Amino acid sequence: MEANAVEAKNLDLVFQTRDSPIHALSEVNLEIRRGDFISFIGPSGCGKTTLLRVIADLEKPTGGSIVVNGVSPEQARLQRAYGYVFQSPALFPWRTVEGNLKLPLEIMGIDAAERTRRAKESLKMVNLEGFEKKFPWQLSGGMQQRVSIARALTFDPELLLMDEPFGALDEIVRDQLNEHFLRLWEKNRKTVVFVTHSIPEAAYLSTRIVVMSPRPGRIIECIDSDLPPDRTLDIRETPKFLDLSHRIREGLRAGHSYD
Amino acid sequence: MIRRLRDSSLIPVSVVVAFIILIWYAGAVYLNSPVLIDRYERQKTEWNFEKLRQDAWAMERPILPAPHQILKDMNKSILQRKVTSKRSLVYHGWVTISSTLVGFGIGALLGIVLAVGIVYIPTLNRSVMPWIIASQTIPILAIAPMIIVGLGSIGLTGLFPKSIISAYLCFFPVTIGMVKGLRSPDPIHMDLMKTYCASYSHTFFKLRWPSSTPFLFASLKVSIAISLVGAIVGELPAGAQAGLGARLLTGSYYGQTIQIWSALICASILAAILVFLMIAIEKIVLKKMGGRLV
Repeated sequence: MEANAVEAKNLDLVFQTRDSPIHALSEVNLEIRRGDFISFIGPSGCGKTTLLRVIADLEKPTGGSIVVNGVSPEQARLQRAYGYVFQSPALFPWRTVEGNLKLPLEIMGIDAAERTRRAKESLKMVNLEGFEKKFPWQLSGGMQQRVSIARALTFDPELLLMDEPFGALDEIVRDQLNEHFLRLWEKNRKTVVFVTHSIPEAAYLSTRIVVMSPRPGRIIECIDSDLPPDRTLDIRETPKFLDLSHRIREGLRAGHSYD
Repeated sequence: MIRRLRDSSLIPVSVVVAFIILIWYAGAVYLNSPVLIDRYERQKTEWNFEKLRQDAWAMERPILPAPHQILKDMNKSILQRKVTSKRSLVYHGWVTISSTLVGFGIGALLGIVLAVGIVYIPTLNRSVMPWIIASQTIPILAIAPMIIVGLGSIGLTGLFPKSIISAYLCFFPVTIGMVKGLRSPDPIHMDLMKTYCASYSHTFFKLRWPSSTPFLFASLKVSIAISLVGAIVGELPAGAQAGLGARLLTGSYYGQTIQIWSALICASILAAILVFLMIAIEKIVLKKMGGRLV
């Protein structure tokens, strides 16, 4: 049997600040299976981004244990087991689209011909062929975020960690990217951990939705989605989708997110 | 065509220059008149304003020479003499510019190395920074002769000691600018590099260095101008052998104000050329780095 992509037990994280300690994560228990599309949803301050950063070894937990791909987060990072997509595209403005896609490959010591091939391939995955020589500022916000996703795919990581990747985009572009990204995921079936504060986004994309609540940051509920695999945006009008959204909202309410 | 003329800086600059020249001519009459009037009275010559004006703009050793006298002198000492002649401003300008450029090179390199050290080594940040700031509070005119004499006593003369003075002045803006520049990357970019397990050298060359480029050019523009000042100051205590500084010094020994002014104007033209050269390089580099044209 294959190991889980992520396993967290009794995870705790306390930030020491000047006035008082902040309990960012408390008693977090979570298993993420390989091939899952998991969303963390909750209001700001519920620790969803912190949890993602712990998985990525960008924060160290103060208690409990966490295993990523069967090893510690640090080893997983050293093995370059995950690609991270930030809230903003975080492209280097002095590099072209192609240059940005090649950045991780250069750092990982992949030879030039292979770099070009992979950059081309991942640009194709996000439907941006022909934009290789453009600089980031010449692209719209949605296109920049697509490049950023393509950059995380160039080195073919097993795990994709995404921190509100579509949060800064307008709703029309966001819908478009949601559908596009779902198609992409259905093709490559990577494990995706996705942070969002949009209920429709979480319900539409995920196989499982983890509802979180603030002060202290904790998991309230894990909801399995039963939506069919090849769904389109139209599914959001169906009773099944509305029921799922309702369950997420109930979960958030149970965590006093609306108080 | 009219729009381009309106948007360009040609008209404002010419108006300012015309205004300065006007004041200059008036000032030449005003400042030179006491000497002339004194002379007229001793020689008991008839004089009126027109004669005063003409004489004030044509004195051999005026308090303030008129612009055309300086231009005439510059024409003579730049265009009419062989460039190897000791009386050619091209020769002296070259002496100054060569030590300026060597000093600028040393200073910029030193500035960058110090900045890298300060950014990467916390101990250096705490220990070196106060010394760097203290180094700039010492008046350069006081320390320049000591550098020249000190290096001269161990057999180093000519270009090198002057370059050291230039370097001493121009490493400072580079260090200050580059410390800020190398620390300028977005935290999100630093996190990104961390997710790739990028080494220190990868983070430096692929992120910190390119992020600091605008800061580097801002510093270099300041540096190259003060490097020229350093070179001229370095020429003053060196026995007035060669260079624009030497021309200034000999000019003041012999009361040759016209010579002083031509050397001064030469120096400022050189400084302007150097800064514009830097701006041109900056434009090319930033354009290559995808910057929008300013």
